[in-house]
Amino acid sequence: MTPENRAAYWKANVRLLVILLIIWFIVSYGLGIILVEPLNSIQLGGYPLGFWFAQQGSIYAFLVLIFIYAAAMNRLDKKFDVDE
Amino acid sequence: MTNLDIWTYSVVGFTFALYIGIAIWARAGTTGEFYVAGKGVHPVANGMATAADWMSAASFISMAGLIAFNGYGASVFLMGWTGGYVLLALLLAPYLRKFGKFTVPEFIGDRYYSQTARIVAVICLILASITYVIGQMKGIGVAFSRFLETSYEMGLYIGMGIVAIYAVLGGMKGITYTQIAQYVVLILAYTIPAIFISLTLTGVPLPQIGLGAGYVEDGAQTGMTLLGKLDQVVTDLGFKEYTTQVMGSSLNMFVYTLSLMIGTAGLPHVIIRFFTVPKVKDARYSAGWALVFIALLYTTAPAVGAMARLNLMDTIQVGPVGSEEGNLLYEDRPEWFKKWETTGLLVWEDKNDDGRIQYYNDENPEFAEQAESYGWAGNEMVSVDRDIMVLANPEIAGLPNWVIALVVAGGLAAALSTAAGLLLAISSAISHDLLKGVFMPGISEKNELMAGRISMIVAIIAAGYLGLNPPGFAAGTVAIAFGLAASSIFPALMMGIFMKKMNNTGAIAGMLAGITVTLLYVFQHKGIFFIPGTEFLMPEMGMGPDWFFGISPNAFGAVGALVNFVVAFIVAAVTAPPPEHIQHLVEDVRVPRGAGEATGH
Repeated sequence: MTPENRAAYWKANVRLLVILLIIWFIVSYGLGIILVEPLNSIQLGGYPLGFWFAQQGSIYAFLVLIFIYAAAMNRLDKKFDVDE
Repeated sequence: MTNLDIWTYSVVGFTFALYIGIAIWARAGTTGEFYVAGKGVHPVANGMATAADWMSAASFISMAGLIAFNGYGASVFLMGWTGGYVLLALLLAPYLRKFGKFTVPEFIGDRYYSQTARIVAVICLILASITYVIGQMKGIGVAFSRFLETSYEMGLYIGMGIVAIYAVLGGMKGITYTQIAQYVVLILAYTIPAIFISLTLTGVPLPQIGLGAGYVEDGAQTGMTLLGKLDQVVTDLGFKEYTTQVMGSSLNMFVYTLSLMIGTAGLPHVIIRFFTVPKVKDARYSAGWALVFIALLYTTAPAVGAMARLNLMDTIQVGPVGSEEGNLLYEDRPEWFKKWETTGLLVWEDKNDDGRIQYYNDENPEFAEQAESYGWAGNEMVSVDRDIMVLANPEIAGLPNWVIALVVAGGLAAALSTAAGLLLAISSAISHDLLKGVFMPGISEKNELMAGRISMIVAIIAAGYLGLNPPGFAAGTVAIAFGLAASSIFPALMMGIFMKKMNNTGAIAGMLAGITVTLLYVFQHKGIFFIPGTEFLMPEMGMGPDWFFGISPNAFGAVGALVNFVVAFIVAAVTAPPPEHIQHLVEDVRVPRGAGEATGH
């Protein structure tokens, strides 16, 4: 593996990380804490929406984020030929 | 023996026999098996073991109670203790698995080419893990003494004995497979009562949906949602509205959640579970599976908390607030109420001598006048321990005895599995990092395995002793364990992977600064090592309770982490960069290929 290739792989990885961590931040801190009051005026399945994000939705989102990360990294590993 | 006793003894006895059976089957023959289960654990199996490792007596027994009494404010625990897995999966687990060694301090020592860094990490690890394990030991003792009619001490000895059998014999290998069995026990024990209760209150079997569903009374829809009903019931009695009450302030909740997330990702007993899977790829998926199994409990807990609170309020406030007949006659109190009174976890005191129970918020000045006009003389439920919410839940809901027995076995499984994981982290830090790493580098494989087993026995005895004589700091799990993991271990690991130029002096200075700031703030509020009377708050100098932007000491780990990062950056910028071979090590850790060959020695 050439140094350039290595750098490109790492850059792609970091880019993916940053995107996923922004979503991680929004679903928990953003929707569950900062915006909780305005969101609570909306109802979702009987839940005030902000409350739902804080006690249910953020956890589901975390799950999805990890599986997206694992799948995307698999593809990235193959593309840069660094898979096991 | 009552019918319940027979059930409890049978279910608990069966699960213990199962754990011992697994221990005999999964003995460890090499240090690789003892420390990391030979790196041969399937990612889904590891996910399940991680979930049991992670979910402690606190998650199983105390969390729903925290939610019940803190409502929305308790979201910090729900988000904090799950969101950390995103950080773990994205920022640490795959790279540490690629590094391919046995312990967390070992990575820190190698990456920062420094025995000092390794020893600082060992100290943090042992302090955090010991604090954590004492809580599990107490949980085991309490469960035994309350449900199996043994003494607290006897319960603790039995728990120590069971852990000793499978942890000493099987090391990580034995622990992994017993944790899988323990996960199954604890998740059944948690969800079965929750499903029954959700069905009774809402007609919806899934608690995750039921919590939002319509509230059913006497078999008929009331036209109110369960949460709406709960909000009304609690505010009518002067308590804060359930779905909006905050913990401290919004800023405190923000920082608290962040501290728990970073702390979760930095806890060594969780991280080492990801050393047991065969490949880097598996480490990524395994973190996802761990969170699937954790989420099953964590998304159920809000329903358990809210429904238990509603049941409790409805049991006591039987009619309209303020009406003569509105409050339950003490003589008519249900069986479970009497049972929990004998443990001292529920305490009633007839302040206005009317023989009825008044349970309301007497600290709310706006409600005081109203309460007085009803002839109430203060809240009469002087103590409602939050742990009752899970333990008494099946009885409150009138569920059969086998469900109660299962809850006991579930609580024990949660405590035992977490204790074993922590004890392994402690014993491997002693035998591998201190003994082989620092004092006896030439030790043979066979002797190291023996040393691992001996340190395990010593760790179990120490944990048992501290469970019998809990020191002050045992109560500070969140402040100490999560504070140290967040302010020292997590930043050191993350910078080790993501900043090639981070050097030994920077990392050590950062860790020490992070720990110092965090512990100072905690000790300032709660006493030096939690010794009563040694608090040193200085309100006259602007350092009153929660003086730092209203942040509570339990929430301070994130601030410590920030200090760690900043100090490390500055020191590393003015000192020599790490040597060439360390920079190569970092580059190597960043790519998955070759994980199979990297081995422990």
